[in-house]
Amino acid sequence: MARGLGYYIAVRALMIIPTILVLYTIVFILLRMLPGDPILAVAGTKNIPPEQYEELRRLAGLDKHPVVQYFDYLWGMLHGDFGVTLATPRGTPVSRYIWQRFPATLELTIFSFAISVLLGLATGTVAALRRGGMVDAGMRVYSIVAYTLFIPWFGMILQYIFGLQLAWLPTSGRLDPGLTVDRVTGLYVLDSLITRNWDVLKSALAHLVLPSITLGIVLSGAYTRLVRNNMVDVLGQDFIRAYQARGVRGWKVAWYALKNAFIPVVTLMGLQFAILLGGAVLTETTFSWPGMGTFIVDRIEYRDYTSIQGAVVFFALFVGLISLIVDIVYALLDPRVKY
Amino acid sequence: MAETLAWRARNLATSLIAPLRGRAPGVWMLRVGLAIVLTVVFMAVFAPFIAPYSPVKRVDRGYLPPSWEHLMGTDNLGRDVFSRIVWGARIILKVVFMASALSMAVGIPLGLVSGYYGGRLDRVLSMVMDSMYAFPALILAIAIAAVLGPSPTNTAIAIAFVYVPTYFRMVRGQTLSLKSQLFVEAARAIGATHRSIMFNYILPNLGHTILVVFSLSVADAILTEAGLSFLGLSVTVPTPDWGYDLRKGQPFFLDGYWWMVFFPGMMVMLLAMGFALIGEALSERLSTAQTR
Repeated sequence: MARGLGYYIAVRALMIIPTILVLYTIVFILLRMLPGDPILAVAGTKNIPPEQYEELRRLAGLDKHPVVQYFDYLWGMLHGDFGVTLATPRGTPVSRYIWQRFPATLELTIFSFAISVLLGLATGTVAALRRGGMVDAGMRVYSIVAYTLFIPWFGMILQYIFGLQLAWLPTSGRLDPGLTVDRVTGLYVLDSLITRNWDVLKSALAHLVLPSITLGIVLSGAYTRLVRNNMVDVLGQDFIRAYQARGVRGWKVAWYALKNAFIPVVTLMGLQFAILLGGAVLTETTFSWPGMGTFIVDRIEYRDYTSIQGAVVFFALFVGLISLIVDIVYALLDPRVKY
Repeated sequence: MAETLAWRARNLATSLIAPLRGRAPGVWMLRVGLAIVLTVVFMAVFAPFIAPYSPVKRVDRGYLPPSWEHLMGTDNLGRDVFSRIVWGARIILKVVFMASALSMAVGIPLGLVSGYYGGRLDRVLSMVMDSMYAFPALILAIAIAAVLGPSPTNTAIAIAFVYVPTYFRMVRGQTLSLKSQLFVEAARAIGATHRSIMFNYILPNLGHTILVVFSLSVADAILTEAGLSFLGLSVTVPTPDWGYDLRKGQPFFLDGYWWMVFFPGMMVMLLAMGFALIGEALSERLSTAQTR
């Protein structure tokens, strides 16, 4: 306790390192263990001149001993080097693509995340307060349906209704054509706020609505379940009865209960974030969102081995960072966590 | 031995049918879920008799809306969407069941060994599995499928990797709590080997939990399969497959030809929901049975 939050964060940050290493190792081994020659795959033919073959192998870093490859790549990764692309345009650093596209993915995931948590909290709370009734049963159906929605399908239906029939919202991209914004963070909403560019802000928000609602609703189902069950537990505890005995009623009690039911939700957030990143690939493809997901999908068509490896390893780093953030939030929320 | 096997089989059968009777809460979920899943399985098995047209040949003009002749319309190449849906059930079921069998074959024994022996092996295995579990499943599957190249078998392998940790974690946790129980001690007292304890004593007790995890992870695997084939990582033209057909219909969707996209996506969701409902109902039964 006396050591303070800074110490706790430092320890947690150190504990993330093995997780990232394990993930990196798994990806590294998997990509090399699998059958097939990635060089021939990216060349698209078996009859390539030997010198070109060697050149590609060198670019991919596959010409060295696997152990050397392992540490070379790790060392590069620490310096922000995720290898170079093998397919057209050949030799471009993957980190440049990550730098361009990751903010788009981050913006989409932040908005979807917020929507899913808010929706989950609202539906879960309502279900718990009306436990056993029709509302509760309805919310249960909602959580299952939301969970099993197929993202591209749901996204396209929203595009059809709100983009095509009602023509309220744009269905693809991040900004209207012709608009640009100076890059500060790469998150258009934030950048346009900083540079006070209101046209861009309006356009960026409008483009975010459909993709983030698609992803947000699909992910909200898991929260609905958890919040409802936790709330039901908490509502049966003595301190809630004590509040009620003192005449605290209705939504105020719900608020006290929600605060207590929220702690397990934070744990779920960490796991959900991984699912969110996976879902983002499908959402981005559906809405032509220029993020990491569409980058991976583009590169798959070229069978660009090093780009896929770079993107996946980068995601491993990011997942590690998210679990660190979740740990810190957890410690801040729950006074019982010992530093 | 044969008698105990028959007894076990009958036991499992009654415990599977019993939930369908009665008015326990959640029975409707089990019934609806089973109805959906059995319908799709029926469709897949009897596809040649159910589908009115060939799924891969042009049978009429393209872009025809749903009608009595073409229940779900025709696609841009003049193929019957309903026939493709019926045949497409085969691919998705095959891939998902292959993947689940593979992940069980790896995850369950590893979980048993890890939970039973404990120690350093357990710590290393748990760490690897937890890391895999924390990683975005779809992205992991995309990377594997991308390296293996597009084919249904490769998709199944990619999906199998994703769900190994799910089975591992569940089996390991249950083994940990079961191994200190009296019946295990009794088995040890009569001289049962470690292997026999794990596979003859502990494993049979995991049947119901495995069944729950199976139906929930199959629901998830269906969405993963559809996602991978939507991204072009599973089948190639002209194989009928729900996720892939959705992708192929996308360019025409916003021109108003909704049926090429709507029906394949609806089937993906229905099938996933069928398994999710079964899993929900079973896990509810399991948890009430345990607290009782």
